[in-house]
Amino acid sequence: MDILTWTYILVGLSFTLYIGIAIWTRAGSTKEFYVAGGGVSPLANGMATAADWMSAASFISMAGIISFAGYDGSVYLMGWTGGYVLLALLLAPYLRKFGKFTVPDFVGDRYYSNTAKVVAVICALFISFTYVAGQMRGVGIVFSRYLEVPIEWGVVIGMCIVFFYAVLGGMKGITYTQVAQYCVLIFAYMVPAIFVSMQLTGNPVPQLGLGSELADGTALLDKLDGVLAELGFAEYTSGRKEMIDLFMITLALMVGTAGLPHVIVRFFTVPKVKDARLSAGYALAFIAILYTTAPAIAAFGIYNAINSTSEKEISSLPVWISNWQKTNLIAVDDKNGDGKVQYVADPETNELTIDRDIMVLASPEIAELPNWVVGLIAAGAMAAALSTAAGLLLVISTSVSRDLFKTFKPEISEKKELRIARLAAAGAVLLAGYFGVNPPGFVAQVVAFAFGLAAASFFPVIIMGIFSSRINKEGAIAGMISGLAFTLAYIIYFKFISPELNTAEYWWFGVSPEGIGSIGMFINFLVCIVVSQFTPAPPQSVQDMIQEIRIPRGAGKAVDH
Amino acid sequence: MANDAGKMKAYWKKNLKTLFFLLLIWFLVSFGFGILWVEELNTIRWGGFKLGFWFAQQGSIYAFVLLIFVYVYRMNKLDKEFDVNEE
Repeated sequence: MDILTWTYILVGLSFTLYIGIAIWTRAGSTKEFYVAGGGVSPLANGMATAADWMSAASFISMAGIISFAGYDGSVYLMGWTGGYVLLALLLAPYLRKFGKFTVPDFVGDRYYSNTAKVVAVICALFISFTYVAGQMRGVGIVFSRYLEVPIEWGVVIGMCIVFFYAVLGGMKGITYTQVAQYCVLIFAYMVPAIFVSMQLTGNPVPQLGLGSELADGTALLDKLDGVLAELGFAEYTSGRKEMIDLFMITLALMVGTAGLPHVIVRFFTVPKVKDARLSAGYALAFIAILYTTAPAIAAFGIYNAINSTSEKEISSLPVWISNWQKTNLIAVDDKNGDGKVQYVADPETNELTIDRDIMVLASPEIAELPNWVVGLIAAGAMAAALSTAAGLLLVISTSVSRDLFKTFKPEISEKKELRIARLAAAGAVLLAGYFGVNPPGFVAQVVAFAFGLAAASFFPVIIMGIFSSRINKEGAIAGMISGLAFTLAYIIYFKFISPELNTAEYWWFGVSPEGIGSIGMFINFLVCIVVSQFTPAPPQSVQDMIQEIRIPRGAGKAVDH
Repeated sequence: MANDAGKMKAYWKKNLKTLFFLLLIWFLVSFGFGILWVEELNTIRWGGFKLGFWFAQQGSIYAFVLLIFVYVYRMNKLDKEFDVNEE
């Protein structure tokens, strides 16, 4: 069977599975809709969290980014995993003990203020929307590339699927679908990686293959350093970015991960405080499988790409290169007319351009694997994009129905609240779909900054809400607003107002807009502490609540007011 | 609250101490070995890896997973010791 048939079969099968699960786990109450009834096992929650966390970008693009960035790509690997340590140690158990449904719930109660809550809702909506628009676009691209339909149709099909299980099933439907999606995506990611690793190094474990020797006896990474240096590129294993910038970007990604509302909310779905801690451990272990494989795929991919093209006759290039040339992901331009490919650092004489997504997408063909593996990659990429989109849509719908509606109209009935939550989810799907079809130019750039914004807004006020009983509402509100405003202003200035100044010599302290969330976080902490010193301490009831969330005993399932 | 304030203070202090040590390791394996001292560590070989590069792209992630499970184990023990564990 050809690739297209296999892709239809595998993607179709996986979608049937997701829809089946959605019908089986239909949510009947707001509690099931918001936090899956609070009865998810730590292992299932860990898997669901991992699928929620790993987006289309992690699945398709991350390995390719590392291929071209080499050591500098480490910021993503460390940044997007290290945040789980902060989450497990500093946030998850305490927020689980607190026992409500959302991050704005916590901010509103801990800082005894609806103003603080509304500021938190606005931050949550802003972060989630920028993120989800990027996911919908990802769904569309995967569809169009593999199923050969226009991107618009891809987005619409993706919307229908997400609509079905997010609107019907709420958190309950999403959680169990995500468990299935994790299995699909990790299997799809590992199969080609294992075969490529075997082929190059003889070691079936890609993580070890990365540090193994090639057939000629030199270590893969040393060989890569040498080959790249010869072509005029920087060495693979050494950095090009300034150390301070690497440091700040890693910190912003870590802290941002721990501050993302769609990640935090997952830990409200387990029965106990103990489970919240354990669940974070499982989640990171599941994530780590993909994140330690990605750098291996990255190095294998760039090595294979150079090895099979550099100084080779254009007429005798491998088949996979001509296949992907059709999609414009690889382009060959024989500038000097010698009939051979020159891949070099100098853009004037370079004749080969490779899109970063190739490293994952073409890996089955490079390893000469059967056609069904290509179909598997398509199903895996869809699983990654859909699971993340669904998790984000839930945060958006919860923010609207619970954090906004219920806060100002506390008398609405459970049934009505559930209806509003579903309506909000439906509205969010439509809006996200609209942005998927008509992506505003800024979406792609802004997604990466969602982390900086989460780092600068949520993380400090949640941490201090738990670890200090002196921080009050004035401090929290001032902190959130100043952290967010500073970070947003810096990003907007360098990305949109004066992009020509976006170089290290104009950055403050050499910190790029990607890493500025770290500085925003420090500003938030500082403002929060100083303002709290000059304003009255929180009331006794809040002080008691803080003592209460610090000990595990007595955590019921997540409860309503 | 069933427990007296003094005991809770002691529990919280021990909790903070655990956090401090685990986060110190968290900082060392990522920001320390992977970024700040990466060049020094890269002079040491670890199979086909330079050690600093290995920490940045592999080692730190393994350490993170391990840290969370150590935390789970320590906290479960601490909860029992202070009788604040869940039934």
